[in-house]
Amino acid sequence: MQADYFAFVASAYGISALAIAGLFAWVFVDAKAQRRALQALEARGIRRRSEAGGSRDAPGAAR
Amino acid sequence: MTDVSTSAKPSRFSILANPTRFLELSGKLQPWLYGAALIAVAAGVFLGLTAPADYQQGMTVTIMFIHVPFAWLSMMIWTVMSLSALGTLVWRHPLADVSVKAAAPIGAVFTVLCLITGSIWGRPMWGTWWVWDARLTSVFVLFLMYLGLIALTRALEEPGKSAKSAAILVLVGFVNIPIIKFSVDWWNTLHQPASVMRMDGPAMPAAYLTPLLVSALGFTLLFFALHLTAMRTEILRRRVAALSRLAARRAEG
Repeated sequence: MQADYFAFVASAYGISALAIAGLFAWVFVDAKAQRRALQALEARGIRRRSEAGGSRDAPGAAR
Repeated sequence: MTDVSTSAKPSRFSILANPTRFLELSGKLQPWLYGAALIAVAAGVFLGLTAPADYQQGMTVTIMFIHVPFAWLSMMIWTVMSLSALGTLVWRHPLADVSVKAAAPIGAVFTVLCLITGSIWGRPMWGTWWVWDARLTSVFVLFLMYLGLIALTRALEEPGKSAKSAAILVLVGFVNIPIIKFSVDWWNTLHQPASVMRMDGPAMPAAYLTPLLVSALGFTLLFFALHLTAMRTEILRRRVAALSRLAARRAEG
């Protein structure tokens, strides 16, 4: 009887592991892509005003 | 920013309202969250897989140790988004919309996993993969709402424009959360009623309750870790978009 159920348990755990691994991959690939894009812009000399020593604050900063 | 940090002691709330400060703090917190989450998930799943077989359900009871945490997360993530939506509408917190947008895909994954693992559990125990009863249907509606929210938060180029409508959708959708929770009490359903959160205490032996709680804690920590990473990415994405516009303006001028 236990062997009959093994396929159900294994597929539940297997599908969950795959989906969560996929979620991890997507979250970290996206994070890396945005970090790279920001670095590429900064390498071209395009910086945020707050980091370029300007007087105005970063958009969205605290009131 | 400087006047806030020097003149008066800023509240935690306003410190976190500064995306740069948020990136610093979350960067430090992140590895600890992932570490704790992985330890708890591994411990919960190990204890769950080595738990004794149920006298009625056999080894299918081990599906509970992932199915129940996924179900809990599907509702908790929408609740987290609802609090964030209040942050958007009431306090205009700059990170509230970032939080909603980052949480939605993670919530959708855990909700669909709740449906899939429940279906796989239902087949041997109920004799059917799916029934359109109150509990299953209300969770399916929650999944559809996650998909709608993902579409809405990604439909417009300018993130600020969709923030308000997304926040309203989240708050309207929140009425579904108590419906899901109490659906097993209000209507006839194949799904069993609550067995952990009960007035008379959990109706479950410790051999099952301990792995279930450890696993639920682990997946909850895992959500917060992933949410933090996704929020950080969203902040960077908005910076990239703003800087790209700046670069385009410079190129024109």
